[in-house]
Amino acid sequence: MEPDQIAIAERVAEEHRHHKKAQFFWVWGALLVMTAIEVYLTYQNMEPIKMLTILMGLSLIKAALIIGFFMHLRYEVSRMKWLTMCSVVACLILMTIFFFPDAKRIIELGVK
Amino acid sequence: MAESTVHDIPSVYEPSLFGTYSKKIGMWLFLLSDSLTFGALLYAYSYGRISTANWPTPFHSESIVNATIMTAFLLTSSLTMVLAVRASVQHDAKAQTLWLLATMLCGIGFIVLHGREWSNLIAEGLTLPMFPKVPGHEAASEFANVSQTVPQFAATFFGLTGMHMLHVTLGVIYLGVIALRRKFIPILLVLWLVAWLATPAYSPFHYGAHVLLIAAIVCGIILWLKPKVYDSSDVEVAGLYWHFVDLVWMFIFPLVYLMSAKIL
Repeated sequence: MEPDQIAIAERVAEEHRHHKKAQFFWVWGALLVMTAIEVYLTYQNMEPIKMLTILMGLSLIKAALIIGFFMHLRYEVSRMKWLTMCSVVACLILMTIFFFPDAKRIIELGVK
Repeated sequence: MAESTVHDIPSVYEPSLFGTYSKKIGMWLFLLSDSLTFGALLYAYSYGRISTANWPTPFHSESIVNATIMTAFLLTSSLTMVLAVRASVQHDAKAQTLWLLATMLCGIGFIVLHGREWSNLIAEGLTLPMFPKVPGHEAASEFANVSQTVPQFAATFFGLTGMHMLHVTLGVIYLGVIALRRKFIPILLVLWLVAWLATPAYSPFHYGAHVLLIAAIVCGIILWLKPKVYDSSDVEVAGLYWHFVDLVWMFIFPLVYLMSAKIL
């Protein structure tokens, strides 16, 4: 690596050194608990739309925990956080806008 | 002389726009593009589900338990991975290697359970036209009807989970190279032989095992061309990839398995 890159890597490493081990175990525990809740809800005979909403909500929280704590995005500069997250979210929103109304339209028209 | 002059002037290079080193930015960019690949596959699955009135819900509690254990394996592997990154930052080489090996073990556990589940589903009749037929299972095919009436289910299920399984496999190989470097190549070749010889000829894993051979050749070439001791930045970048694989599963598990559970 170039000297500037080494300096940046050392700064990032220094930040990581201050992460407490216990924090990672808490995050891991929270992820396992949320997974257990998801499995429990599966067998509660809920309405599919309601169930999907809850499951996706929990998945988003789990994803945020993984990205923030395990992938350390929480500790990156805000420019990095916003650019990475906004770009991927924008692409996924575009996919939603284009795909789902069409899928629903097929059901309403009836599959021939 | 010229080199030391360049290194003595820190302002020769512009500071990073993202405040971190380029290797990590490169991995983040790759992960963003890969998230769109998985996004497209998840959307294809969801599109199929919404637009198909008689979408099957075939997963018995046995499958759900299996998938839950697989999820626990991946979540635990993320914990061991983050501990490996921490050990590498603290220059604790022994702990780093041990945590990386623990991560790989969890990853292998995930692959084995997933492979077993695929094999059971294929034996029960949920299959793709490209998969060889399982001898003696035609009559007892619980999923044969599903494969014929809703072929989108098998196509999207195997496409999505197969792509994820490939990512986990490549992740284990990536971590193996970081942890063991050249020593990992013979291990990889042994794994390839075991996977190839231990799976029956009609199993898709019999041919899929060749991914390990291709990986051994590619890793061998890379390690031969650029042998190096991997530092903490390499471990952190590998960790980003591994956590991403875990992250994707957090959406596949509820969407594919839990939403298609058979409630009796």
